[in-house]
This record gives sequence, C-alpha cells and structure tokens, in this order.
Amino acid sequence: MNYRNISLFGIVFLLLVGVGFVQSWSVAFALVNLCLLSSVMALGVNIQWGYAGLFSVGTMGFVALGGLATVITSMPPVAEAWRAGGLSVMVALLVAVATIIAAVQMFKRMAPGRNRTLAMAGILVVGFILYRYLFDPAVEAIESVNSASTGYLGGLGLPILLSWVVGGLLAAGVAWVIGKIALGLRSDYLAIATLGIAEIIIAVIKNEDWLTRGVKNVNGIPRPTAYEVDLQVDPTFISWVDWLGMDLIEASSLYVKLSYAILFVIVLAIIMWMSEKALNSPWGRMMRAIRDNEEAAEAMGKDVTRRHLQVFVIGSAVCGIAGAMLTSLDGLLTPGTYQPLRFTFLIWVMVIVGGSGNNWGSVLGGFLIWFLWIEVEPIGLWLMDVITSGMAEDSGLRAHLLESAAHMRLITMGLILLLVLRFSPRGLIPEK
Amino acid sequence: MDILNAIVVLANYIFVPAMTYGSQLALGALGITLIYGILRFSNFAHGDTMAFGAMAVILATWWMQSLGVSIHPLPTALLALPFGIAVTALLLLATDRVVYRFYRRVKAVPIIVVMASIGVMFVLNGVVRFIIGPNDQNFADGARFIFTAGDFKRATGLDEGLALRSSQVITVLAAVALVAALFWFLNRTRTGKSMRAFSDNEDLALLSGINPERVVTVTWLIVAILVTVAGTLYGLDKSFKPFTYFQLLLPMFAAAIVGGLGNPLGAIAGGFVIAFSEVSVTYAFKKVLGYLMPENLAPDTLVQLLSTEYKFAVSFALLVLVLLFRPTGIFRGQSL
Repeated sequence: MNYRNISLFGIVFLLLVGVGFVQSWSVAFALVNLCLLSSVMALGVNIQWGYAGLFSVGTMGFVALGGLATVITSMPPVAEAWRAGGLSVMVALLVAVATIIAAVQMFKRMAPGRNRTLAMAGILVVGFILYRYLFDPAVEAIESVNSASTGYLGGLGLPILLSWVVGGLLAAGVAWVIGKIALGLRSDYLAIATLGIAEIIIAVIKNEDWLTRGVKNVNGIPRPTAYEVDLQVDPTFISWVDWLGMDLIEASSLYVKLSYAILFVIVLAIIMWMSEKALNSPWGRMMRAIRDNEEAAEAMGKDVTRRHLQVFVIGSAVCGIAGAMLTSLDGLLTPGTYQPLRFTFLIWVMVIVGGSGNNWGSVLGGFLIWFLWIEVEPIGLWLMDVITSGMAEDSGLRAHLLESAAHMRLITMGLILLLVLRFSPRGLIPEK
Repeated sequence: MDILNAIVVLANYIFVPAMTYGSQLALGALGITLIYGILRFSNFAHGDTMAFGAMAVILATWWMQSLGVSIHPLPTALLALPFGIAVTALLLLATDRVVYRFYRRVKAVPIIVVMASIGVMFVLNGVVRFIIGPNDQNFADGARFIFTAGDFKRATGLDEGLALRSSQVITVLAAVALVAALFWFLNRTRTGKSMRAFSDNEDLALLSGINPERVVTVTWLIVAILVTVAGTLYGLDKSFKPFTYFQLLLPMFAAAIVGGLGNPLGAIAGGFVIAFSEVSVTYAFKKVLGYLMPENLAPDTLVQLLSTEYKFAVSFALLVLVLLFRPTGIFRGQSL
C-alpha cells in the first residue's frame, strides 16, 4: 500500500459520504452494500483473468447459481410438493446423470468406430426417454401444488448464511464441468462457451418452475439480519433511536443495511485475505508464470490445463458466493433481472479499470464502477435537463432525450473501458 | 399414414423458418468469420453492430414512410438499406480508426482487442437504446404473405396449410445474392484475393506489397453490408428489439466456430446447421408423428425434445460437440 492507492480509496470513500449528504444515508448504505458485492464478484473475475489470464464471460451464470443456492438452502421445504413428485424428480435427475456418465465411460472404453457411436447414441436415447418419462409427470404434479404461492419443491430450510457457502460450491461444481470441456482450447473458445453456459443457467432458472418458481419469483427468502418491522416495535431499539434523535423508520432501515454491510465486509475481508495469500504464495507465482508464458511454464513441468481448471473453479466459486449474498440482500430471487451487461461485462469493466492481477485494484474497481453505474443515471438526467433547457417544454426531442438519459450509463461504461484499455491498460492500481 | 400432410407440416414449421433463420445467422457469422480471419479477433460487438445497422435502416424507413415513398409489395426497408449500410460503414470505420487501429499498431494480443470490442459493445448498446429505445419496433410494411396457409389448403386440398411470408422469401433471396456477390468478390477480384492472402499469411501478404490498411478498410465495408442486411432481415422477419440482437451473438459465434472460424463457406454451413438444429430440437413433433404413425400408436405427448426457452442450449451443445470432436470446425478453419 502506498499513498497513491490510499488516496484512491479515500476518493471513493468521499464520493460515498457525499452521496450520504446530498441524497440520503439510506441511499449511501444501499450503494455501499452493492459496492461490496461488486468487489467480491470482481475478485472472482480477477482470480480468473488477473491471475491466470482466463477469459470467461460466464460470470452472470455463476452469480445466478449463487442466487439459486439461497432458495434451495434456506426456503422451507414444501412437503406436499415433495409428496407429489419430489422423489420422481430426484430419480429422474439421477437417471440423467447416470446416462451421461455411462455415455462418457462408453466413449472412453470402446475403440473408435461405428460400434462406439451406435452404443453411445443408444445409451443417450434410452436414457433421455427414461428421464423424460419420469421427469415430466413429476414436474407437472409439483407445479400444480398450490401454484399461486408455491408450486415448487422449496428448499432445505437451513440458515441463510449457509447458502453463501452452498452458492460457492454449486458454482464451483458447474464451473468444473464447463472447465473440463472448454479449457485447454483457444482462449476465445472459453469466452464463447462461458457466454453460452451463462445463458443456459439463466434459462434453467427461468423455466424450471419446480425448482425456482421461474418468473413467478421466490419471495421472502430468509434474512441473515433483523427485519425493519420487528425493529420498529422493539423497545430497546426504540429507546436507542430516541436517544440518537433519529426517525424510527429511517433508523430501522439504516440498521438493516448496516448489518448487511458488516456481514459483507467480513466475507470480503476473508476472500481478500485468502486471495492475497494465494497470490503471493508459490502457487500464485506459478499461476502468473503460466499466464505470462504458457509454453515456458509447460516446459517447466507445470500442468497448465489442470491449473487453469483449478483457478477457473475457484474464481467461479467466489462469483457464486457473491451471487448468494446478492439474493439474500434482495430477499427474493427474480430470474428476469439477470442481464449479461450488468452481471458479466460490468464486472469485467471493474476488473480492468481497477487493475487486473491486483486484488486491491479489483476492490477499488468494484466500488468505483458500481458508484458510477448508479450515479451516472441521475447525472445524465441532470445533464440532459441542462442541455435541453433551451428547448420548448413540449418538444418531442426533449422528451426523448430525457427519457433516454438512463442509457447514458452504458455509453459511459464503454467509454471508460476503452479509455482505460488504451491509455492505462494496467488499471488504477497496477499489478506489482 | 399421411405422408403428404406430414411433409407439409414439417415444411411449414421447420424447413421454412429454419431456412430463414439460417440465412440470417449465416450472414451474421460471415461477418464474424471475416473479422476473425483478417483482423484476428472475436468481435463481441457484432450483435450490437447488427442492432445499430438495423436501427439506421428503421429510421430511414420511417422517414421514407412519412414521405409516402413505397415500393409496394416489397417492404420499404429494402429501399432504406443503402442508407443503413452507409451509416454502419461510417460507424465501423470510425471505431476502427479510434479503437482497433491502435491495437494493430502495437500488435496487441488478440484477447486485449476482444476486450476493446466489449467496450465498443457497451457503447453501441447504449447508443442504440439511446436513439431508438429498448423496446420492440415495427417497421415492416408491404405484402405480408406470398401465400397463406388458407390459400395453400384451398389450392392443394390438403388438411395442413403451408404459409410463406414475403419476409422469408426476401431473406433467403437476399442472403443468396449477397453470398454469391461476396464469393465472387473474394475469389475473382484483386482486392478479394489480397484479402484472402492476408488472412492466410499476413507476413507473406505484406511482403507481396499488399497494403494492410486497405485490406482492413475493405473488410469493414463488407462487414457493414453483411451486418446491416442481416440485422434488417432479422428485424423484418421477427421484430426489432436491441436485446435480441445481443443474444444473437451466441448462435452467430456458434455458427462461425461450427463451420470453422475464418472460413466463409464454413460460416454459411454453420449458420444453417445451427438454425436447423435449433428449430427442430425445439419443435413438437406430435402432429408429424400423428400423420406418419398408425392411429393406435400416435403419441399423446408433445414429442418436443427441448422447450423453446432452451434454444440457446442447442447452439451451445453443438459448439461443445464441435470443440470436443473437431476443434477446427466442419470446414477446417484457421489453425487453432
């Protein structure tokens, strides 16, 4: 840490405090929470890109898996739905997995030729038919159970904090499968493959109503913190608020946001500490060696593909954790809100702007870019207002410009990315 | 058994839509593959460039419509195409000048250029939404159908109808014409040959006195034509919505890779492979089987392999299969 970096973080701090004074402290803390989450996601992407040079654009998918984890971990189970078809669905999924494993084994064991192709095709077709035969009626049964409020299996009813770990594990598992397929090929291929897998994960979460209620959303995911309504009737809390002379409702909302912020800071600190340790260990040096010159590292006896797989899984797990944290902050899973620009490419901007390869840079990028992403909108609106102030009140162009100001932030993010790449490719806090 | 009706159903729900979609994908994938072959990077801004081109055409179309210009029964958008192509060409040349040329000069690694294309993608995404908004826009006019399902039934006396929309015919014809022109250009003209030489071996091409900047400029111009036409045809056929163009990125890339990155013929084949698989995997075959099988065996389920929401999974699965079994694509693309 040197003075330059400290002052960069200081600027971000001042910006956030400024929001507190200009807008409100509630807005400022909401911003801080999402800044913290963005930093965790940026750390995950930095592990993949900054340490190992892996170009994965599937962040959105892993974040969404984290969101799914909160539902399957912490929502109460729907007993009736389980009775209706829970077991059949599980068996069907097992059949699907067994089919794929059998096909892969068959492919590995048999000699190439027509027989192998036929055998594999046979296994896949039979497996698929069996799977659909078990799966379809079970899903229909589950989704018809009180579909207005449940219509899905629910979760395990475990504490929400556990789901953050589950989110990481889930993302890691999926990342392992994808990595097995796509790593070891050209770097752009991983990008396209991860772009695809992210879309598929979102499609699953949107459409498998028996698992996630799809676009009907899951509401009321348990919180790791207190609820505002409880605080507002809690006598100790009321007396504290009276002593501080604050508004009760605002104070309760601030209290909740602050508790989230504390939890997020703890997680960020743990991940940050581990990342720093890893980056400065022999393992980290090896990763950077692989990144800078794959051939040389391979010649030194490093198993490049395996290291890539490892780092891809770890990075995705961090994104999964962040995704679970995000959904538990929102308290609801809304599959429709996962947008690649917001959940994949914006995170990339954070990493590049902050300084790829540097953990502190990613955290700074997460704060700064999220701040801009949110604040550019009102600034853009204000700017448009100023620009169009000379026009007539009922001018169609003026209305259009004001209405479109929200899209300024996409343009701004693109310009920031392009400018940083061009003039300061090492980012705000360069790698040492 | 009623084979004729089954064929008509297949033609109506699979062949015609997949031909149309395949032509659109092929044009898009051609752009990706050309950029990859000449400029040597995967252009993530391609989908949004397509949206931009289509938007330019739509704006010109609206303007013409307001003036009362029309080429009925053809859609006015065709008349507006040259305008859209010109604007898109200017945009692409400007981005090349402002963004990509620098990385060519410093010989940056491809992945950095890809990153820059993500920046361009953001900007274009914002620009398109800023100008035309994020919602559906309708700009199709002219005759809607060549013949409708009802016409077809009356003419043939079959139970099943086959509808042919004019946008579908226009799409296929335009794609064929454009591809023919492109291949003529690449194979017969001096500039086209220099482009292929540059794509095959940059150093050798430079030694033979080929001007790289000229090759790059011509490439962007061709890409502008391809992308604008593809975007407009897609918009005419389905509808124009900026986000769907971004989502086309995956099937377009899949088409280019499945065919063999850098190989124009492969891009076209890949486009149709992706389109036909996507449409047939997500189609419910119940009706077809109902006609083909004896009555007591007819299926009572939909016989749909995947629901339509999972169409991306099809591009992805094909992509993975190709990556696993033939990483260079169907038509041996550039060495990988």
